Amino acid sequence: MFSRDSWQEIFQTIKKNKLRTFLSGFTVSLGIFIFIILLGLGNGLKNSFNEFFLDDATNTFFFFPGTTSVPYKGFKANRRIQFKNDDIKDIKQNFPFFLEYISPILFRAGIISYKNKSNNYSYRGVAPVYQFAEQTIMMQGRFINEDDVINKAKYAVIGRLVAKDLFGSEQAIGKYIIIQNTAYKIVGTFQDAGGDREERYVYLPYTTIQLNEKNTDKIDQIVLAFKPELGYAGAMIFEEKLTKFLKEKHSISPTDESGFFIRNVADNLNKNMQYADILKLIVSFVGIGTLIAGVIGISNIMVFVVKERTKELGIRKALGATPFSIVAMILQESVFITIIAGYVGMIAGVFVLRFVGDSLENYFILNPFIDTGTAIFSTIILIIFGAIAGYVPAKRAARIQPIVALRDE
Amino acid sequence: MGSNVLHVLKGINFSVEKGELVAIMGSSGSGKSTLLNILGMLDLLDSGTYTLDGVPIVNLNETKAAKYRNKFLGFVFQSFNLINYKSALENVALPLYYQQIPRKEREEVAMQYLKKVGLSEWATHLPSELSGGQKQRVAIARALAAQPKVLLADEPTGALDSTTSYEVMQLIQEINDEGKTILVVTHEPDIANMCKRIVQLKDGVIIEDKKVIQIRASDYV
Repeated sequence: MFSRDSWQEIFQTIKKNKLRTFLSGFTVSLGIFIFIILLGLGNGLKNSFNEFFLDDATNTFFFFPGTTSVPYKGFKANRRIQFKNDDIKDIKQNFPFFLEYISPILFRAGIISYKNKSNNYSYRGVAPVYQFAEQTIMMQGRFINEDDVINKAKYAVIGRLVAKDLFGSEQAIGKYIIIQNTAYKIVGTFQDAGGDREERYVYLPYTTIQLNEKNTDKIDQIVLAFKPELGYAGAMIFEEKLTKFLKEKHSISPTDESGFFIRNVADNLNKNMQYADILKLIVSFVGIGTLIAGVIGISNIMVFVVKERTKELGIRKALGATPFSIVAMILQESVFITIIAGYVGMIAGVFVLRFVGDSLENYFILNPFIDTGTAIFSTIILIIFGAIAGYVPAKRAARIQPIVALRDE
Repeated sequence: MGSNVLHVLKGINFSVEKGELVAIMGSSGSGKSTLLNILGMLDLLDSGTYTLDGVPIVNLNETKAAKYRNKFLGFVFQSFNLINYKSALENVALPLYYQQIPRKEREEVAMQYLKKVGLSEWATHLPSELSGGQKQRVAIARALAAQPKVLLADEPTGALDSTTSYEVMQLIQEINDEGKTILVVTHEPDIANMCKRIVQLKDGVIIEDKKVIQIRASDYV
């Protein structure tokens, strides 16, 4: 049935019935085109959502020190826990399998001035990897680097709004700002999707702040990231092990929950992800709806095509066409048209999405795209359902008595 | 196929010899088309037997019927029933396609039969570019192309004027002269008289079955 001859027969039918071919092809193309576009826009909406709510890295833990609540190993209760530089070093040494990066955070605030302008800002002592935890985007210059940390360099990276406040339209890089009577050279400016508050921060090497404070080794918080490939379960195991390790190191009772606290972004993420999931559900719902509409459209056109061909099929049967050859012919033809038209619709949809790009950002549609897998999968679904939709009327047409088909109207 | 059963043919017993040219006559509703359709395996019989070239035609499923139609029978219809997007040659070649004959050979055979009906110059024309008589001749060529045992013609001249009708009948007579068995359903006495035998049907029974002296259509043309 898949001989060259039957294909020639089909190509002839397709070529000689241009309008019919065009109509059915157009329906299929349109179905897939709309599906791709809708799914792409839905994805764009999802991207906007992620942009708004998920600006920090999602694989991070924050460790806050607390106060013990039970006596343990000869220590009294109500002892304040203090993280130090060696905590960072120990975690690095003990958890290389889980750890992606780790950074201390020192929180400070105070007057920062440039020439005659000054203002009150928060500033933080951090390690270079902190950039990944905050997902800070550099506008100019660079973030704090390892050399700065080792050399305890007096360098500062300032937020977009700090630069705007202090420098206006002036170039900030290379200028010196005064923090706590010490001059810091600006090496970079950044923006942050987290909003205005985060763009009013100033970042310094944590070792520089420690040096200024009588060469202390105290740190306020620890932020660390687990390797993303661990997944949620792996992260939970890491959290458990790390908690045990730090409790032992700081002589906190294993049952004491207030020695220090952990903020697990992965957990917070779960909550936000629920909203994202609902959005995804809506997008999928719309997508499936469109797909069903496409299938119905194809079924309709197939019913119409077979109806239109009833007489021809009757003639073919009278001339010796078996029911099987009739079904095979109609199916081969419809699948062929569906594949070509589906492919055209898919390419057109992807092309339009690419063309639209970020021009709809104001309507909360960011980077609308559809991954190739989904595009091809949905096209194949439509082709399969198109074939099934064609099969039913084809089967009926094959069963019809030739005399009924040939009866003069 | 409603729930109402209508007995159209009520006991028909007749046989046709090889090489006969039989006219089946009767007013409308007499069952002549039903008889032809049963002979053509386009319709099924409720009871009785039908033997074609020594082969009992029983237990027909669709696929089997299609094969028998293709091998044994050629059809000519009142409304020609050519496929409108296929050229005359392609129409004639179509039954051969269902015999899985290679394309080239198909076209050669089809061309022979088009020549036989005198339309070889029209081979590439679409049915819409042909006159009624030409269309019917293409249809006859198509019916002959598969070399059937029997040619069944249902009102072959019903849609043609009398001059063209006689031309078509002349062709049918010539084919019969070469030994082909032909059954013609008609309600026109002059057409029936161009056959060799006339079977009269009324209300589903044969009321008359007689041999006649054939009038040659060429006398009229």
